[in-house]
Amino acid sequence: MAKKISGPSYGLLEPGDLSVTSRRRFLQGGGAGLLMGFVWLRNGKAWAAGEEPSLKVIGGGDNNGGNTFQGFQPGGFIRIAGDGKITFIIPNTEMGQGIYTGESMLIAEELEVGLDQITVIPAPPNEQLYQQPILKSQATGGSTSIRGAWIPLRQAGAAARTMLVAAAAARWGVPAGECTAERAVVKHGPTGRTLGYGELVDDASKQTVPADIVLKDPKDFKLVGKPAKRIDTPSKVNGSALYGIDVRLPGMKIAAVEVCPVVDGKLKDVDTRPARAVPGVVDVVKLDNAVAVIGDHFWAARQGLAALDINWDNGSKENVSTQRIVEDLKTASEVGKPVMGRTVGDVAAGFRNAAKTVEAVYQLPFLAHATMEPINTTVHVRPDACEIWVGTQAPTAVQKAAADLTGLPVEKVIVNNYMIGGGFGRRLIADSIVQAVNIAKQVSYPVKVIWTREQDIKHDLFRPAYYDHIKAGLGADGMPTVFTDRVTGGSVLGSYLPKGLPEGVLDTDAIEGAAETPYDFPATQVDWVRKDPPIKVNWWRGVGPTHNVFVVESFIDEMAQAAGKDPVEYRRALLGKNPRALAVLNLAAEKAGWGEKLPDRTGRGISLHDSFGSYLAVVLETSVSPAGEVKLRRITAAVDCGININPNSVKAQVEGGFVFGLSAALYNGITLANGQVEQNNFNDYRQIRINEIPPFEVHIVASGENPGGLGESGTVSAAPSLGNAIFAATGVRLRTLPFDREELRQKGSDGSVLSMVAPVGLAVAGLASSDGAKTSSDPARPDLSLSSEMV
Amino acid sequence: MISLKINGQSHDVDVPGDMPLLWVLRDVVGLTGTKFGCGIAQCGACTVHIDGKPVRSCVMNVSAVGDRPITTVEAVGETPAGKKVQEAWLDLEVVQCGYCQSGQVMSATALLTRNPRPSDADIDAAMAGNICRCGTYPRIRAAIKKAAEV
Repeated sequence: MAKKISGPSYGLLEPGDLSVTSRRRFLQGGGAGLLMGFVWLRNGKAWAAGEEPSLKVIGGGDNNGGNTFQGFQPGGFIRIAGDGKITFIIPNTEMGQGIYTGESMLIAEELEVGLDQITVIPAPPNEQLYQQPILKSQATGGSTSIRGAWIPLRQAGAAARTMLVAAAAARWGVPAGECTAERAVVKHGPTGRTLGYGELVDDASKQTVPADIVLKDPKDFKLVGKPAKRIDTPSKVNGSALYGIDVRLPGMKIAAVEVCPVVDGKLKDVDTRPARAVPGVVDVVKLDNAVAVIGDHFWAARQGLAALDINWDNGSKENVSTQRIVEDLKTASEVGKPVMGRTVGDVAAGFRNAAKTVEAVYQLPFLAHATMEPINTTVHVRPDACEIWVGTQAPTAVQKAAADLTGLPVEKVIVNNYMIGGGFGRRLIADSIVQAVNIAKQVSYPVKVIWTREQDIKHDLFRPAYYDHIKAGLGADGMPTVFTDRVTGGSVLGSYLPKGLPEGVLDTDAIEGAAETPYDFPATQVDWVRKDPPIKVNWWRGVGPTHNVFVVESFIDEMAQAAGKDPVEYRRALLGKNPRALAVLNLAAEKAGWGEKLPDRTGRGISLHDSFGSYLAVVLETSVSPAGEVKLRRITAAVDCGININPNSVKAQVEGGFVFGLSAALYNGITLANGQVEQNNFNDYRQIRINEIPPFEVHIVASGENPGGLGESGTVSAAPSLGNAIFAATGVRLRTLPFDREELRQKGSDGSVLSMVAPVGLAVAGLASSDGAKTSSDPARPDLSLSSEMV
Repeated sequence: MISLKINGQSHDVDVPGDMPLLWVLRDVVGLTGTKFGCGIAQCGACTVHIDGKPVRSCVMNVSAVGDRPITTVEAVGETPAGKKVQEAWLDLEVVQCGYCQSGQVMSATALLTRNPRPSDADIDAAMAGNICRCGTYPRIRAAIKKAAEV
């Protein structure tokens, strides 16, 4: 029996989980007119069953919770002033994914205004108004924003438009049905009379909230589905966009900070005088595990810090090393007690009936986020309040952390959220905000804490390392009889939840992308051995699927190879029950010229997955020199993300996400020795550069399905398509990330290696002996120490 | 006191001579469009023009600038090449998080100023010093080509 995965997950959104807004939650406000709250219900099913959500008072107010706004504010998202100014209070954080534009399009579509007519401001912390219905928290992550906002934001726009139209109709004494709205103007068709939204705010505020909100038929969309210019672009090309790091306040000072280089080490003591002697240094502040030097500018603070000879108490983790962590993962995989993730069909019979078994071990490293904007937070702790200026993916978590540290009530913690120079999961965690508040508590003025790039990389909270043992049985026809995957690694959810995750409880993130693949296997078992590393871990772009889809999609190619079949043909045969996945696979293969002849030492690799509610297939063409140098030649993607809001952003996210994943696949891995992170900056935590990026095509499959998430899909596809392309070019299967060019040189330097030519499968099968895959007809090689029996 | 000519205006700043130009611009003059990314001239986010040439301001001592004119992203749109670059960036929707884009715009403008018809290899040579973690490289390349056609 299939075991339904439950618990917190970033997985597919089920229709029943789609949120709706309450149809009638309003509060008779005084003076300023009617203030209503459209609350994103936690559970659409409760609403469908007729349960009334609890009536809660929602402040109309300004962005910081006051009640100063005069005008029409139907709920938390829309504010229309008497002068006609329209403001969208955007629930999600803009960190490059284009959400300011995408969510504005949803509201504007139904409100009947142009994107050029609106001003967008980030929402203040307020779980009641802005809780994300999938994450169950006011947070931006997991490619959930559009999925969560698709219905509520359109409903908010439609309700407001309905009330504005009704107000105009009442003033004219005509039926509302004779009136239409366009570009913030209501028009009475028969007489041609018009009223602007600004002229209607008082009357609209007195209108009853519509009981049944009717949304547009998609065929009538004016904005949704058409390429829109991003609303944040102009400010980002002329330097006027403000990120958290750009905050400047009267009296503000700037801090540089040095944290104990050993994991979990503490500050023993420091003579602060050398720093204080540096011109421009204002203060030196000691923390439990760090020293901060505060100056008139960052340079003075840096120089002050450099002048210090800090004594650290390295604590108990001086011997932490990635070598040991990887050994521990391997041992845990072999002897640890797994938590069942998903089991379908008769796994034992699947192996008994197999004509051949294939198995392999894949290993993935710790990863830093390395957002372009280094970590920073500005804080002013005053006697009666704490004000924070920061770009965060989780504003309520920031607010709560600061309240806990200062002893202030949460409403006295003001969080000003900014655009983020790259999130990728890093800014879901408030660790750096906690540090900044602890510094600011010791001074009277606003202080901006900036981490150097070295601090940013060394003291990141990393994507966990994994050790995955994957195995399949193949029938006489080469097709799978069973598919199993044992994932071993730490729990991100356990690191994230304040109370942790109890042992024995499944962290669905650990197996997401492996437990449920696009493919139809007769039997499946995916389980997880929890082995938390001695360092903190965190979400990283693509979360579970980035890790698991690399393993699964690489291994599907290994299965195809063992079966002597072409990788695309092999996948097609497993997609009978998944037409959307099949469609993107076929489109990507066709557009990439799959099967067409390529030069020697050149190959195409494909990857396919359905993650976050979207389907993505990518074909990557690459060549590999005898020296092991990988050169990317062409990238072709096909995506089905359901109804796509802004095709510009859809393509941008596929392109950018994939490039992000390429950096990790080719270059990135965080290692520790003697309890310290060994990487420092972009010189040794290298990022892919423009000269390495080939032509990139993205093809969108038209769809009427609910929108899927897309901020992370491209990242998921990168490593598997590259690994498969490298195999196709060289016959060398690389199973450890980042891909080791030296291994590639040693194993694949034979210039006579066949290139991938049609029919691809035959060429691949002919290369089997050059590879380390363990199959029944290819006995285990000594460099692969797999447990011999898994089932 | 050091005198700087930034975007056509004179600024007298009381800072140490070894202070990188980046921090003078951001923390003293208040021009925050120029970004801090790495501090070691690896990422290009801090690129400005000195005498029209691209310079990594994070490793440029302020005392070494002398009386040469400095142009930052806030004013680069006033140059013919800078205007074309910014327009192309808007036309092709290059930007995502945008944090690196000040530096990208400055590097691209410097390229087009000295080479109005750059080849792919020219673009690689001029732009490979600018990292974009959002992966906007395909659009950066396309936008430079578009700007070159204007």
